[in-house]
Amino acid sequence: MATLNIVNKSPFEKHTLSQCLSRAAPGGAILLIEDAVCAVIKGGAYAEQLVTGQQKVYVLEPDLAARGFADAALPDSINRVDYNGFVDLVTQYDLVHSWF
Amino acid sequence: MKIAVVVNEGPYQHQAADSAWHFVSAALARGHEINRVFFYHDGVNNGSRLTTPPQDDRHIQQRWSELARQHNLDLVLCVAACQRRGLVDADEKKRHGKDADNIADGFRISGLGQLIEASVEADRVVSFGD
Repeated sequence: MATLNIVNKSPFEKHTLSQCLSRAAPGGAILLIEDAVCAVIKGGAYAEQLVTGQQKVYVLEPDLAARGFADAALPDSINRVDYNGFVDLVTQYDLVHSWF
Repeated sequence: MKIAVVVNEGPYQHQAADSAWHFVSAALARGHEINRVFFYHDGVNNGSRLTTPPQDDRHIQQRWSELARQHNLDLVLCVAACQRRGLVDADEKKRHGKDADNIADGFRISGLGQLIEASVEADRVVSFGD
């Protein structure tokens, strides 16, 4: 059973992303939304951890754009999705877990 | 696919109420069924018809009510969360002897059993919160 993990807070504000990374099962995915999108910026403190993990990583494009990161460089393995992509991820994975 | 949605955050608090609305809109547009949106904790504040945001701001409650009208959505506010926060429908007004009600169109007040039922019946449950 593959899980889609949704994280919505900046890792510089809360520990939910760290907790997710250390506990999420391999083969799942992590979707970063709201303030959590800042974790994916290339060269940032969390980008390396995200790409070396055993989950696919997705980031919600409108939330990146809302924070001025629309044109920011992201690591190659991180995929941008819009809300339609968000919906598709929810249907592709067996379980959805929001980290609060 | 049948998807249940939980909203644990109030409007204009951070972003969860907006994220949930965008997600529900996209899911409906893609042909999925949203069997229920359950508003819990501060999330019940999404259902107050007395909210009056500035004209150039999005009206979060009206967006929910409009979506419910268009898609016959079931928007449920948790009764215990409502009582704590002053969200009142006609029945609750009578039951608690209040002088007004404030629930918006398309919303209804019910119990936590509605969340359990929606979760059991849905293929996926997606939570939005703070």
